Formats: sequence, C-alpha cells, structure tokens
Amino acid sequence: MKFVINVLSSSNAPATRRALRFAQAVLAAGHEIVRVFFYQDGVLTASNNLVVAQDQQDIAKQWQAFITENKLDAVVCIAAALRRGVLDQAEAQRYQREAVNLADGYQLSGLGQLHDALQQADRCISFGGE
Amino acid sequence: MAKSVLLISRQAPWAGIGAAEALDIALAAGAFDLPLSILFMDDGVLQLLDQQQPQALEQKDLSANLQALPMFGIEQLYVAQHCLTVRGLADNPLALTAERVDDQRIQQLIRQHDYVMTL
Repeated sequence: MKFVINVLSSSNAPATRRALRFAQAVLAAGHEIVRVFFYQDGVLTASNNLVVAQDQQDIAKQWQAFITENKLDAVVCIAAALRRGVLDQAEAQRYQREAVNLADGYQLSGLGQLHDALQQADRCISFGGE
Repeated sequence: MAKSVLLISRQAPWAGIGAAEALDIALAAGAFDLPLSILFMDDGVLQLLDQQQPQALEQKDLSANLQALPMFGIEQLYVAQHCLTVRGLADNPLALTAERVDDQRIQQLIRQHDYVMTL
C-alpha cells in the first residue's frame, strides 16, 4: 500500500515521534511511502539548527536519518517554512537572511506537492496536536 | 477519477495561523482542480461568523480567503450544527453558504471521501 505521511507538529511534540515510528513501521511492513509532507509547525523538524539536550531523543535528527537512509521524498511547505524561519540557500538569498538551515534530504516546495502525493497514494496519515 | 479530500477545519480564526493554513490546503486543491470539501467543526465554526473585526486584534481578515473558496471551485462547505449550538450560535447567520450537518451526516461525509485531513 502507498502512504503519505503528513507531519503537522514540531519535533518536540510526541505526535512527531509517533509519525516517525509509524513511517518506520510502514517500510518495515513492505509498504511504500510516496512522500512525507511537513506542514504547519511540522516544518521545524527540517531545521538543522535544533539543539536537543543529551538526555533527550533528537527526533528531528532521527527523521533526517530515516529520510536519507531510505531516500524518501521529503517536502517542506515553503510558505509555512518561511514564516517559521526554515530557509534553504535560494530563499535565504531571496530574502537576504544570513541563516540557511534546511537540513539535507528535505526540499522546500508548495502545497501542490501534498495534493500530488495524495493522488498517487492509498492512505494519508496525519500527525498533529500533541 | 481524482481522489477526494474532506478537510476538517477546527481552529478558531484568531487563535494563530492554523485556520489560515488549513484554508490554504483547500485553496491549493482548488488551484489544481482537485475535489475537496471543508467541514468546519469545534472552534473552526467561528471562522464562519459574520461581521468579524480582526483589525481590533491587529490581524488580517480571514474572511477574504474564505470568500475566495467558490472562485477556486471549492463549493462543498459544511458546518457541524452541534458545534454552533454549544457555542450559542445555533441560529446565527453565517458569512458563507455552508450546509449545516448533524453527526449522522458527518459520518456519511467521512465515508464518502477518500481522505480525511484534520487541522
């Protein structure tokens, strides 16, 4: 079965940890992930500027490793990312900001990418709230 | 045939960017000519109230985005009647034409659509 995973909460929310564990289970069970889409506070997971205390799980880092290892299509909504300060090289240049903090493995794009993924998939599971 | 989305919008209009971001999902579907319905539930029903004054909160008017929905081809709009009722708004006029639905009809809507997305 083909899944879209929709991440709506920040990496500090338990929902984002559950999203990762669910996504790992999807692949482990032999299913396919068409796209992971990061929207609302979910875009913060794609920042490589997060610093997590040593005695806590770094869920953003785990997400990035999972995406990279499995070569997943990970799209971060560009409008939601800009207003939360997650920028890639092109956007930092466009808006004359010093920090480029979109982690490797992610790409900024529009909400059309969410709808495009839905059209290809069988299931979309959203993780938001706490 | 294109797969359909039921977007359940639960955020109050002036409680942050949430309601506007939910609406953007709908407008994007409209821009790509994809079938999407919106169900306003919980505090989301407050988005539909007439004559809001966002200027008092130094906010941008969300109702302009809502009014744009039909122009984007998003015309299936529903509002949970019990959510209006518990907020004392049972008979209030709405700023947008939305079908008032009971719990049974909500179950039906959830079954009818390929995807349900709650924001």
